[in-house]
Amino acid sequence: MSNSIVIAGVGGQGTLLASKILAAAAGARGLFVRTSETIGMAQRGGCVSSHLRIDAKELSPIIPEHHADILLAFEPAEAVRMLPKMKASAGCVVNTDSVIPTNVALGKGVYLKKDYLDLLRNRFPAAVFIEGARTALAAGDIRTLNVVILGAASGAGILPFSAEEILSAMKTCVKPKLLAMNEKAFELGLAAPGVRW
Amino acid sequence: MTVKVCMGNEAIALGALAAGVSVAAGYPGTPSTEIIETLAHVHRPGVSVQWSVNEKAALEVAAGAAYAGARSLCTMKQVGLNVASDPLMSLSYIGVKGGMVIAVADDPGPWSSQTEQDTRGFAKHANLPVFDPSSPEEAYLMVQTAYEFSEKYSLPVFMRPTTRVCHASADVDLAEPAEIKAADGFERRPEWCIFPALSYRRHGELEVKQYEMARDFDSMPYNRIEGKGRKGVAVSGVSYLYAKEAVSELGADVLLYKVGTPYPLPEKTTKDFLASVDSVLVIEELDPVVEEQLLIEASGKVPVLGKRSGDMPKNGEYSFEIVKDALIKYLGLPQPEKEADALPQLPVRPPVLCAGCPHRASFYAAKVAAKGFKKAVYCGDIGCYTLGNAAPLNMVDTCLCMGAGITLAQGIALADRDAKCLAFIGDSTFFHTGIPGVINAVYQGTDITVIVLDNHTTAMTGHQPHPGTGKHADGSEAPALDIETLLKACGVKHVSTVDPFDFPETVKAIREAAEFPGASAVIAKAPCIAQIKKPAAVRFVNDGCIKCGRCVAEIGCPAITPDSTGRAVIDAPLCTDCGLCSYVCPVSAIERGERNVK
Repeated sequence: MSNSIVIAGVGGQGTLLASKILAAAAGARGLFVRTSETIGMAQRGGCVSSHLRIDAKELSPIIPEHHADILLAFEPAEAVRMLPKMKASAGCVVNTDSVIPTNVALGKGVYLKKDYLDLLRNRFPAAVFIEGARTALAAGDIRTLNVVILGAASGAGILPFSAEEILSAMKTCVKPKLLAMNEKAFELGLAAPGVRW
Repeated sequence: MTVKVCMGNEAIALGALAAGVSVAAGYPGTPSTEIIETLAHVHRPGVSVQWSVNEKAALEVAAGAAYAGARSLCTMKQVGLNVASDPLMSLSYIGVKGGMVIAVADDPGPWSSQTEQDTRGFAKHANLPVFDPSSPEEAYLMVQTAYEFSEKYSLPVFMRPTTRVCHASADVDLAEPAEIKAADGFERRPEWCIFPALSYRRHGELEVKQYEMARDFDSMPYNRIEGKGRKGVAVSGVSYLYAKEAVSELGADVLLYKVGTPYPLPEKTTKDFLASVDSVLVIEELDPVVEEQLLIEASGKVPVLGKRSGDMPKNGEYSFEIVKDALIKYLGLPQPEKEADALPQLPVRPPVLCAGCPHRASFYAAKVAAKGFKKAVYCGDIGCYTLGNAAPLNMVDTCLCMGAGITLAQGIALADRDAKCLAFIGDSTFFHTGIPGVINAVYQGTDITVIVLDNHTTAMTGHQPHPGTGKHADGSEAPALDIETLLKACGVKHVSTVDPFDFPETVKAIREAAEFPGASAVIAKAPCIAQIKKPAAVRFVNDGCIKCGRCVAEIGCPAITPDSTGRAVIDAPLCTDCGLCSYVCPVSAIERGERNVK
């Protein structure tokens, strides 16, 4: 059951924890897991992505083009940036809240949100689009966005793990004092009124 | 045995613990940082773990421990090895008693580095063996072998992971941590002191060891030949996994030589491999280290293709796609048609200073302070504040290496008498290599202004403590060195400390320092916003906004973006109430208000 998952976002959005939770869930099932992260300079507001390859001992730690089964996108433009990685049949969850880069605010470069969402919608008719920030704030902190997105993906049935498996993996990855808030974020994500076009 | 998903750096740290390491020292640097962080976090009794002041100090501390018979670990990123190269080159002659592993992380790409230098080449330059793991699980085993190897040959040994090993994670079978290998204590012997006569003798012995080590490497599982056929492919590092996946997808027959010790190359395995193939394609990131050794060994009898032949890229990171394309060409397989994925234009997203970062306030204050000067040159340095180079701040005119800003500024000041030279340096970098430059400016009487951006942490690498923070690597209390006292002790006659968010005061302090003849310094002191709790207040834009765009155009805070009408909007979850934008707004339309989190 080899499975390749891309998690894409902007530095600071918490993609790393989402990746850790999924890796722990795979580990708990006894599946060999290989992941790769963006750590360092790009963490300061640059593009970041996590790659997870499950049951993949002799595979590249970076998911090759057209090899990804699942996309968890924390941001619309970053979702589009990852499209070359995706299989045509990939399952997707996209957070529709934009993070506008400073250079775009300064008038250098463009941010075409509508084009990005249209393209994603056309490419992946079953994709789920959520307003993650609102849900995360409802759970108590914008930093629970990562777990909200995991919840939405679980709710959409695209993850190779059950909600219980994710919740139990969270217990090993999330700081104990933040666990209750994150569990709430997961439940809210699970029930999020995701839009399917 | 327990199986755990480990990051490569974590695996190296746990491997060192499994080998009984008792002293570990490093300086933070992407992608190496998490090795020391893991050891500090595990906090095993009897194991000393430190963030040293710089890589030279770390290597010498680790060497001293190994002199005394302990197993020691020293960690750094590739450019850190330049700082540590002085002790390294002599240490290869002197050698060690306890096992010593120097873990140097390379950064092909580069993702977070000044250079794409190759530590395997450095190892060869120093006549020291180097292990090159292809994955976290291999790194875990290799580091344990490296300790045995180090003790067998009485030499320090390199571990050279790259970003895609350091920051990749995989299942690792963890052994029970070994007992700490007790150091039998320092024994006096003349060979601990390097002298020309000893160097001559040791150099000869070291050259002999190169051949012995090459033979010894034959028996290691990290070096092996897989597959079948007369088409040879030699791979080192993470490229092994790219090649494995590509070969499997292509269904091709190749004889794959997995090289785990790129210097010295295993003797017999290399000969056997070359004798079994009609040609070789070498796949290794960075320098052609394996390729050149294979070229020498093949001595024209077997074609060796790679970087020198133009078959593989000479710079940048490799990928599955690069490796697969090279294999298709090498094996003469039909090139599949590639359909370009037409995507809408995407925003470039360079890394930026965080919303509320005190460096933004310091840079902007310096910019305002310098408005009256004929010419100002801003010499930057290595850290988060290198990001001050981006528009709209444009406050980094030079950036070379750790600590270079202060000394480059002196050279520029000597050659360009019209220029006011301001050197920005972070607190951790100041301790790392900044201080000798300050002393040089004082001694030479060169007119520069040093601005220490003191955010009380080593921020870019993920908030490690340093000598100014009052904390050790494991979080325990340490004496905190005071930067103002140090600057004064170095002889700087004009030193002031300011809160960069007190904007008028900071502008005034920087102007006064710059006008002071001779070396002067301003310490802009405010904690990194990633380390403090977000305040209850935020800034918001009221109806007085005249849509002039000045707040966006002047300071480039990621929390401020114009809406579709051009009115500035502050993203409350990102805002830290630093208030810099309020100073910039010409109509006082940016106010302080309650953070509304629900």
